[in-house]
Amino acid sequence: MKQNTPTYDLQCQDLCKNFGAFRAVKDVSFEIPSGSFFSILGPSGCGKTTLMRMIAGFEDPSGGDIRIKGKSVLGVPPNRRNVKMVFQHLALFPMMNVYENIAYGLRCNGVSNDQIKRRVQDVLERIALPDVAEREIHQLSGGQKQRIAIARCMVLDPDVLLLDEPLGALDLKLREAMKIELKLLQHQFNTTFIYITHDQSEALVMSDNVAIMNQGQFEQIGTPQELYHRPRTAFVAGFVGDSNRWSGKVRSADGTGGKVETEQGLTMSFSAGAGQTIGEGDRVEIFVRPEFIRTVRAADADAIDGDGDNRMDGTIDSLLFNGANSRVLVRTGSGELIESDVTLTGDNDLKPGEAVRLVWSSRQAMCFAGGEQA
Amino acid sequence: MHSKDIKKLSLILLFSPFALWILLLIILPHIGMVVLSLKEKVAPRVYQYSFANYLDFLHEPIYWNTLLRTGSMSLLVTALALLIGFPIAYYIAKIAGPRARGGLFLLCLIPLWVSDLIRSYGWILLLRETGVISNFLLWTGMTGEPIEFLYNDAAVIIGLVYTVILFMIVPLVSTLDGMDNSMIEAGYNLGGNGFTVLRRIIIPYAMPGIVAGCIVTFMLSAGSYLTPILLGGKNSSWFTEQIYNQFITRFNWEGGAAFGMLLLLFTSLVIWLGLKLSGQTLANTVAKS
Repeated sequence: MKQNTPTYDLQCQDLCKNFGAFRAVKDVSFEIPSGSFFSILGPSGCGKTTLMRMIAGFEDPSGGDIRIKGKSVLGVPPNRRNVKMVFQHLALFPMMNVYENIAYGLRCNGVSNDQIKRRVQDVLERIALPDVAEREIHQLSGGQKQRIAIARCMVLDPDVLLLDEPLGALDLKLREAMKIELKLLQHQFNTTFIYITHDQSEALVMSDNVAIMNQGQFEQIGTPQELYHRPRTAFVAGFVGDSNRWSGKVRSADGTGGKVETEQGLTMSFSAGAGQTIGEGDRVEIFVRPEFIRTVRAADADAIDGDGDNRMDGTIDSLLFNGANSRVLVRTGSGELIESDVTLTGDNDLKPGEAVRLVWSSRQAMCFAGGEQA
Repeated sequence: MHSKDIKKLSLILLFSPFALWILLLIILPHIGMVVLSLKEKVAPRVYQYSFANYLDFLHEPIYWNTLLRTGSMSLLVTALALLIGFPIAYYIAKIAGPRARGGLFLLCLIPLWVSDLIRSYGWILLLRETGVISNFLLWTGMTGEPIEFLYNDAAVIIGLVYTVILFMIVPLVSTLDGMDNSMIEAGYNLGGNGFTVLRRIIIPYAMPGIVAGCIVTFMLSAGSYLTPILLGGKNSSWFTEQIYNQFITRFNWEGGAAFGMLLLLFTSLVIWLGLKLSGQTLANTVAKS
């Protein structure tokens, strides 16, 4: 057992939840330092919502312990936990105006009317909506509702704020703006935020730390950069960011790198994923991110230099123009498509049908053993 | 052009049964009743317009006492139906699983497949002096002689609550069903206990359904005739009985029409007051469910 340390706002230890024979959450352990922005990222149905509901107290864990500020909250009903939650559809009370929505929690705690007035006004100013107190909920815009839902929780000074995919219902533009806004709000309140999402860009942009969850388990916890550049499992490598993905068999290896032949018959050099030792004859999966593949015209191919120990020739099948995030799909000799990021300047750009050479470094070809067929 | 005509024709064809129904069965009879109620018999087959029938009502305490009694008893029936119906509706909408929900709803509907008359006779079988309950108490020895449970106010109220409770449950289930569960969870999460969540979140949210259910049950209860007569007998003094007496026993159609209009005005007034007090409108309660 770990010593209780006050620097952690939330600690979970070997947390499990079973629904009948189905194990929704399996032995999840993690600790969240005070005042940080922590995301739990995973595909739908991975158990992240169940995990959050256990922290909030709406589900009882089948095993393990949850500690908030060092104190176990097992058996504490949801209304006695100092953990507040922003629901997926916000769950603002439509029969109350903004003021009453925010005052609700304070009233439940028996705060005096003068205090309530002061604190509601205070929190409204902090979310930069000082004049909406008397508005009805349906008169607010999507982004304003979002902020009111956060204010309604923050006015109670929670130890931990849980956010259950609150941006899911917003349109793209607003979602982008709210990402930054949420991060700023978290800084301002300096409260621990736990953010649940299946949208990786939300998790990567906002979080100090991200946990990747899959089939009820945490695959990896780390900073967004760590997860992106040094994934520890094949699932993380495939789930975070875009990747070209091959499965194959190792032909030769020296422990940290080597050569592999893919099922399509391509041979390439790789480096082993974090902390892995890859032996000869192992079945592996290789991930290469599109931004690490350089695309050059076949005519200029001989001129390139540097660390491009993997080379492949092909023709451009199609061009996916998306401004700065433009991408080409290159069909290789063996008939498969490889994605590669390109910079399009609008002048003498690559065009579909052109013969090109793809170049990438073995250090950018992350390899994981035991490639289960995806 | 052609298709426009067809559209027009189909609209007329669809609309006409409804219009005929409203016109022939609701508007015309009520106009007739108003006209009839304003006639006073001055000599055989000689009538003149006056408010005499309405003044009769005011001058005879037994009439307006009966109306007030009908009103207050109906309010009691409505309150009881709400008190019993709300937990049932809450269970159906929020606690029962999706499969149990349909079955439970059906169970609530089944009594409606039997006519009012048969349902009342069912209660008579149970409550009369030689009925099931009385015999059971005799058999267990809890009482020495048969007890008559019929022909009192309690029997009338039991019978009426049983008849109208479905009309309370249906609108309540539909409003509670539309309530997001996370709203209730948010209520707890922000520190509310069960009572606070019920009082500040669930009931205010369900208010349109509550008001809609109350309006319908109150109207049905105040306007019912069979149940009070059969279960309350001579003691029931329901206002509909007075109307029946005017029309059939005394053959005083003018008086009966006036009483009918008074019942309509009275119940409308009560509902208007109820809507004002609860801050709801007809449009977001009855019209919605």
